Order: sequence, then structure tokens, then C-alpha cells
Amino acid sequence: MRFQLTREQRALRDGVRQLLARRRDAREPRAALEPPRLDRALWRELGAAGLFALRLPEADGGAGAGLPEAVLAFEEAGRALLPGPLVATHLAAGTVPGAATGEAVVTAVDGGLVEWLAAADVVRGDASGAMPVRSVDPLTPLHRVPAAGAGAATVAPEPVAVLLTAAEQLGTATRVCELAVQHARTREQFGQPVGAFQAVKHLCADMLVRAETARAAVYAAAVTGDPVDIATARLLADEAAVRGARDCLQVHGGMGFTWESEVHLQLKRAWLRARRGGGGTEGAELLAADLAG
Amino acid sequence: MDLSYTPEEEDFRARLRAWLAEALPTLPARPSPEDWPGRRAYDLGWQRMLYDAGYADVHWDAPPTLRLIFLEETERAGAPYVGAGFVGLLHAGPTIAAEGTAAQRARWLPPILRGDEVWCQGFSEPDAGSDLAALRTRAWRDGDDYVVSGAKIWTSHAEVADWCELLVRTDPDAPRHRGITWLAMPMDAPGITVRPLRTLAGSAEFAEVFLDEVRVPVAHRVGAENDGWRVTMVTLSFERGTAFVGEVVACRRVLGELAREARANGRWDDPALRRRLGALNAEFRALWRLTQWNVSEAEQGGGVPGTGGSVFKLRYSHARQELYDAAAEVLGADCLDLDRPWVLDRLSSLSYTIAAGTSQIQRNIVAERILGLPKGR
Repeated sequence: MRFQLTREQRALRDGVRQLLARRRDAREPRAALEPPRLDRALWRELGAAGLFALRLPEADGGAGAGLPEAVLAFEEAGRALLPGPLVATHLAAGTVPGAATGEAVVTAVDGGLVEWLAAADVVRGDASGAMPVRSVDPLTPLHRVPAAGAGAATVAPEPVAVLLTAAEQLGTATRVCELAVQHARTREQFGQPVGAFQAVKHLCADMLVRAETARAAVYAAAVTGDPVDIATARLLADEAAVRGARDCLQVHGGMGFTWESEVHLQLKRAWLRARRGGGGTEGAELLAADLAG
Repeated sequence: MDLSYTPEEEDFRARLRAWLAEALPTLPARPSPEDWPGRRAYDLGWQRMLYDAGYADVHWDAPPTLRLIFLEETERAGAPYVGAGFVGLLHAGPTIAAEGTAAQRARWLPPILRGDEVWCQGFSEPDAGSDLAALRTRAWRDGDDYVVSGAKIWTSHAEVADWCELLVRTDPDAPRHRGITWLAMPMDAPGITVRPLRTLAGSAEFAEVFLDEVRVPVAHRVGAENDGWRVTMVTLSFERGTAFVGEVVACRRVLGELAREARANGRWDDPALRRRLGALNAEFRALWRLTQWNVSEAEQGGGVPGTGGSVFKLRYSHARQELYDAAAEVLGADCLDLDRPWVLDRLSSLSYTIAAGTSQIQRNIVAERILGLPKGR
């Protein structure tokens, strides 16, 4: 058993991180004052870098990589708050023309909502009657889809979509822990860094514990592809991202409550991702059914 | 990332399984929890069976993955726990193996492996718990002996132990971590009084040990005088992520039993309870993955020894308490009946956030050693 990143996987993660670091403006809070626009040049750049085609066979222009590689890339995307319907476009690669290369933007109806509807070339699922909402996440435009009529079957979410969302949440969980630690080491009150106080220190420790437990669950689900492992990964990663962002905001004190700080963008994105299918009670029911089986 | 086992690892698992299937039916009946000599004999008998079958040193020499498989399979098969062998096999033994002289290793290690001798631990004191370095049990040199006086607490198996790994203060004037010495104290020496302590679960699981001018030969000192703190810390990370393998396997089995019980008594129809059990399923599945992650890291020799263990222990000790709180929900009014399953386990689970480093101390370790936050006062 060698359940650790391989050298190639570490290189992939570092490569994606470097690529996204050049686009720090994605996390620049002042940019979030403008209505979000999908940057087509960025989308093509992501396509060229292989984010969407990652799991396609090499014969079809992909990288022939597996779920673990996709999860590592999406963890970085989540950490960098990369905008756009990344999961839907990734899943459409190979079936929707142009999705793999980033020429096409594909979104999907998920959890009664559609992200980036106006910017998308293709929408998966029935988005008829979709109404725009004033999105809590200033960097993700949202439409609400009317509830399906009585008797309409609810479609179980695609497990890979659930897992890639978990990977994005893991990225946020890791990032907010780093932000909190950075702040706690440098911000001084009562003549010492606030991180020397146990009340603050213990918030940070709990953030790391949640993130690292989620990491083991997310990576394992990427290796097995098993739906119960994926539900596990999603529950743990949602918790690590949302509670981590909340604690990070608390550690930042007053600055955490301002628009200036990155923290609120991470929290709002974590809330948004947690509403996607496969999390919450849906995941808990699946895991309960697994016990009873 | 690979969760599959190598052919060698699978072979080890298959042979162990076959042996367990043959060996376990030959075990005598389990003694009552109150019967200390009976428990000692039972636990040592099991260790002797492991020794004869070639598994005695799995805790010491086996690669971490084999240790994981050993603990997983023995728990699945319902084999006995390490029990009275705990301190010898998992702390005192490894300490002697790492820091002892050739003569000390030859004297003390074979009896531990063969299941001949029991060790207990004399570290904590009434005034030195989380702050272990505050320990005050004194030892003076007198010829070829140390003379030891003081009091130790939370000592498991003290009633039936042959030896005690003892931390004593040999230099009260030195900085507190530099005046401590590690001694192997024979438990039949004059001057030792053992007083059992009853836990909130009603059983006498550990004891206070009072030391009144107990003579311990200088030859029983492991490591140099006043170097005992370092000697002890060398092995604290010894378990390398496998400390709770059997328990996580057991918790997952309990969770399945809880679901069956809830279905039988109708409480499964309560969505809140059902989802709570579902969330616990996620919790223990994740803890199993975290175990595999930590063991793989140890296998590759990476990581900061011991700190991954703190992350795991924080999460696991809390999860275990949540599990038995959920069990109480499943039981309803029966959760107040000590004769029902899980009720005593719920009481025992309360020690998990305290023993072997409280959750608060673990958070300090995670924050300071992994995250690099400054030490506070």
C-alpha cells in the first residue's frame, strides 16, 4: 500500500498551482465588485493546460490521466477560487464539442441552481424558466430553476461531479487554514502574535484536522471511484471548507468581516459548492443506506 | 496514490488469517474484568501464542503496512487485545530496544516478546499530568542503587506488573527537562504500595503507586542519568500511525450493529438519527483512510514523526464519543441500563479526549509543531 502522492502527481499539483498563481486577480477582492464575466481567454488557457481533457484518452487529445490527477487539479482550482463552471465543462469533455479544449463553456443544472448560465454555450439538464438570482458569491452568477413538477424523478448526481466538488472544497479548506495561520503569526495584540493565544491556536489546529481528514477521504475516493467513498469525501470536504472558512473569518477579527479580505470569497464559494448535489442530507442518506445494506 | 497491497502484503494477510482461524478456537474463556491475575494469564497466554507463531515482534520490526494488516485482521477475527502487554510491547520495550545496553536488551526484551513479564508505566503524577516534565518523584544515588520516593498515578496493570518504566527526578536544580532519569523498577521491591483507582465506568482499570524509599539498582537505568526525558520521547512516535487501527475497525463494526438495532426498534425511521449514523459512517471511513495515509507516510519515512498521530487522535477521540452518544439515541431509555450493550463503552469513551495527551494538549502540538504558531505562556 502506497497511499501518498507519486512524484508525477506532486509535479502535476505544483504545475497547476503555478499556472493559477499567475492569475492572482481571480482572488482579488476588488475585482469582485464588478459583475462577474467569464474570461474566454482564460477558459482556452485552461483547456490548453489540459484541465478539461485531463481524463480523456491520449488518442482523443486528452492526457489519459485518472481521477486522482483530476482531483489534484480541482483542489488547486478550488484553492485559487478559479471562476467558471469547471466541473460541468470537465465532465462534458469528449461529449460536447469544444469542451475539452476550452472553446466551449458547459454548465449544468445542479441542486436547483445553474452557475454561469448566461456565459455558457451548452447547458446540461432542463434550465427552462431559469430566473437570475442575486448571487451570494460575487464571483459566481447564479440562476434558480423552478422546482420540477410533482412526480418528476430527481436525477442522482454524477459521482465524479460530486467528487470534483469535494476536491474544490478541499482546496478551500487548505487555503483558509493557511490564511488563518499567516494572520495569527503576524497580527499582534497584547504584545504578542494572536496565534500565541490558545483560543486562536486551537481554532487553527481544528481547521487543519478537518482539512487533513478530508484530504485522506477525497484522495481515497479518487483512487477507488466508489460512490460511498465519494459521498464520504464530499461530506468531510464540505465540512472542512465551510467550517474552516468560518473559523478563518473569526481568526481575522474585524478584517475578516470586510470586503477587502479574501476570506469572505472562500466562505461564499464554499457555501455555494455545498449546495450542489451529493452533499448534505443526500450524502448522509447514501451513507446511512450503506450501513443498512 | 495506491490503496492496493503488494503480493507480499497480501500473502502476510492470508497466512495470518489462516493462523487466526486455527488459533482463536483454542483460547481459554475470557476472564472476568475484575480478575486481575486471570487477565494477566490470559493476555500473556495470547502473547505466547503470537510468539510461537512468529508474530510476537510485529509491533517492533514489521514495516508499518504489515503492522496495519496485523491489527486489522486480529480485530476482524475477534482476537484478544494486547491487554497487559501494552506497556511492554508498545512503550517500555521499544524504549529499551532503542536506548538500552546489550545486557539490558537481553535481560528485558525476550520476556516481553514471549509473554513472560508484564510492564506498567510510572510517568504521570498527581501534580504532573499534561505537564509531565513537572514530575517530582525523587531519586538519590546510594552506592549501586537509586533510592526512590514519590507517587505515580494512572498506572494500568500495576497490580500484576513485574516491572515499571519509571521517570524520576535525579537533579532538582537542572532545567526541568534535564533532571529526569528513566529507570526499570521491579514491582516486588520493598516500599511499593499499589492502590487501585475506580474509574467512572466502575472498574479498577488503573492505580496509584506510592514509592517509599524503593531501591532500584543503577544498572536498571536506561540511558544516561538526567537524560530520561529524551530517552522517553524517542519512542513516543513509535506507533507511527497504527495506534488505533484495531479500534477504528471495531468502531465501524459497532456502527453496523447500531444500524441493525435501529432498524429492529424502529428508530431508523427518524431521519435525523438515520443521517447522524450516515455521517458517522463517513467519519469512520475517513478515519480509516487517514490511517492508511499516515501508515503509508511512515512506510516512506516521510512526515514529522508523531504529529500526524496528533491530527488522528484529535479527530478519532471525538468521533468515538460521538459514536456512543449516537448509540444512546438508538437505545432510547435503555441507554441508562448498564446491562445493555454500548452503555459501558459510552462511559469508557469519555477517557479518550483525556488519556495519552488531552485534546487541548494535542491542539497545541498541532498548532505549534505542524502549523508553526508561536508558543504561548
